[in-house]
Amino acid sequence: MYPSPEHTWRPGARVFYWSCVASVTLVWLTPIFLLILTALKSNRQINSEQGAKFTIPEPFLPEGFMTILSNGAFWTSLMYSFMVVLPVVCIAVGFATLAGYVLAKHKFLGRTWIFAIFVAGNFVPFQVLTFPVLRMMQDLGFGEWSPYNSLWSLIIFHGAFQTGFCVFFMRNFIAALPTELIEAARMEGANELQVFTRIILPLLRPALAALGLLIFTFVWNDFYWSLVLTQGDLMLVPTQLVNLARGQWQNQWNVMAGGSIIVALPPLVFFFFLQRQFVAGLTLGAQKG
Amino acid sequence: MSFLSDIWQAVGPTTLTLWLLLLVAVTVGAALTVGRLVRYGPARMLFLAPAFLLFGVFVLYPIGGSAWMSLHDVRADRIICSDGREIADLETGEKCRRVQKMEFVGLDNYERFFAKTPRNIKRLRKEFGKLLSFQYLNPTLTEKERDKAKPVYPRLTDAAEALMNNVIWLILFQIAIPIGLALAVLLNQNHFVTRLMKPMFFFPFVLSPTVIAFLFQFFYNTSDGAPLLWFFEAVGWGKDGVLGTNGWSNIGIIIAAWYPQIAYCVIIYLAGLTAINSELIEAGKLDGASGFTLFRTIVMPQLWPATFICVVVTTIGALRSFDLVHVMTVGGQKSEVLARLMYEVGFGENGGNYGYGATISVILFLIMLVFIIFFVTNMIRQTDD
Repeated sequence: MYPSPEHTWRPGARVFYWSCVASVTLVWLTPIFLLILTALKSNRQINSEQGAKFTIPEPFLPEGFMTILSNGAFWTSLMYSFMVVLPVVCIAVGFATLAGYVLAKHKFLGRTWIFAIFVAGNFVPFQVLTFPVLRMMQDLGFGEWSPYNSLWSLIIFHGAFQTGFCVFFMRNFIAALPTELIEAARMEGANELQVFTRIILPLLRPALAALGLLIFTFVWNDFYWSLVLTQGDLMLVPTQLVNLARGQWQNQWNVMAGGSIIVALPPLVFFFFLQRQFVAGLTLGAQKG
Repeated sequence: MSFLSDIWQAVGPTTLTLWLLLLVAVTVGAALTVGRLVRYGPARMLFLAPAFLLFGVFVLYPIGGSAWMSLHDVRADRIICSDGREIADLETGEKCRRVQKMEFVGLDNYERFFAKTPRNIKRLRKEFGKLLSFQYLNPTLTEKERDKAKPVYPRLTDAAEALMNNVIWLILFQIAIPIGLALAVLLNQNHFVTRLMKPMFFFPFVLSPTVIAFLFQFFYNTSDGAPLLWFFEAVGWGKDGVLGTNGWSNIGIIIAAWYPQIAYCVIIYLAGLTAINSELIEAGKLDGASGFTLFRTIVMPQLWPATFICVVVTTIGALRSFDLVHVMTVGGQKSEVLARLMYEVGFGENGGNYGYGATISVILFLIMLVFIIFFVTNMIRQTDD
């Protein structure tokens, strides 16, 4: 273990260590404390002298939360966010698991290249896709209907873009599974679909949970694409929050702080309850390279 | 027959949709016929196809599409039918899918981006000289002297300013990595207090950039009694604050962006630290290494994979930066970056120039491409068997 356990240190070093931990934590959480305090203050208190500082909210009222939760557009956006994020997680994780299995356990010419394309595409600054994707969304569809300006454009695009990261993740995870299992199943006469559903999928349960959580967070937090691909009331919740902050609730810091906390809540809840899966998902590449 | 064509117009797929359906059909057909020549051929192709087609059509193809569009003059309000007919030529009652008209103009858009480059370079040299002499940061200067220190005409072009800010992002954003490493070393103890503290250091990573932006906008605010007002007054920004001061607003945004990035680096480095080989450390101690030498020669090399991931993600993040800038300053006070300039040109108030927007995004992509090639070759070398 590095550094060595602190209880083996000299007393002076231990005192120094713990005061370091305490002060660093305090500094680190300062903006968060400020956000929570702000959300619980009344707007009058914030605008009064010293009100923006770390003062205790008086009266202790969730006025900010109440105001934002009584707003219809905000609720609609929250619902839209779920309506986009859940299908995206299914599409990206599902397709990527299929592809990841082939890329990890089948040897054929060009598989490294295909994998490299998925990995490289994932690093692309996504802004470069903006105008052609917009054009395609306007041009796709049936009859009068096009995905542009509906939630479908977001579902299709996010599904496609997140597939890159998912393939990277799934290939690396499946590559670490024992090949003997697959060979044994094939000896028994199982075809590839059976190998995938009976052998691979049950072993993937922890990976699927971890990846699903990550993709949920990535797409939930996205701001750019709902700005570009939708207009009017179809905004997802982070974009809606900015929209409200620029219009209706300009300089109403308690409302915006309350809104921020609500927007942050779903990923945070997942994170604190399923912390181990979350961290495992993020660090998959870090130990193996 | 016009009855049938009416139905086709009402519910039939558009030409682009038809092409995509055809692509899917050809892929499935090929998998089931040509694929049979190879063992497991059909299964391999059908398993790969959904992910590859989706990714190819909506991620890979648009990169080329942007490059092609950047050679054209495309305006949001110049609309034609997607099959090439003019709107005016349509018969009455006939409908068509509307897209922007593309007019080939060669490298005009790139010329616009790089116009006045020599003047910009001269200007930048002056700017950096001032920045390094800390003229912006001196509270003892009188108002007049500070005005003199402020940038004067000729101004940088928008493009040069955004490019410069992206370079600053690229450099300063990396500082999140050593900070993350330091915090990870600090927290890597088995004591129950540090175990409780760890998630407190992880969670900013899952916050939406919008939330981070609000958080820091409020933290940086300059109303009476704002938390950082004393600091702004001490360095002479006064009521402008960090976000209202030319040149420093960019740095204020980068510091806000550190918050989730440091959290990410802490997560990655803590995972790296648990995988460290303690025998090597014992051997190092026996050889007399201690303190910083031990860290530099024995611990750091073992953390290389973690460092690599952190550098990759931080570099991408710096070049993609959009959300924080868009929410915190809307590109004002000289904090514009390429990604946001592109948005402004395409969708902003005086925007609608999709061709020039595509050009900016292609330039951003080309900068990234240098890093992508380096990262991917490195990763492939590590995963190849």
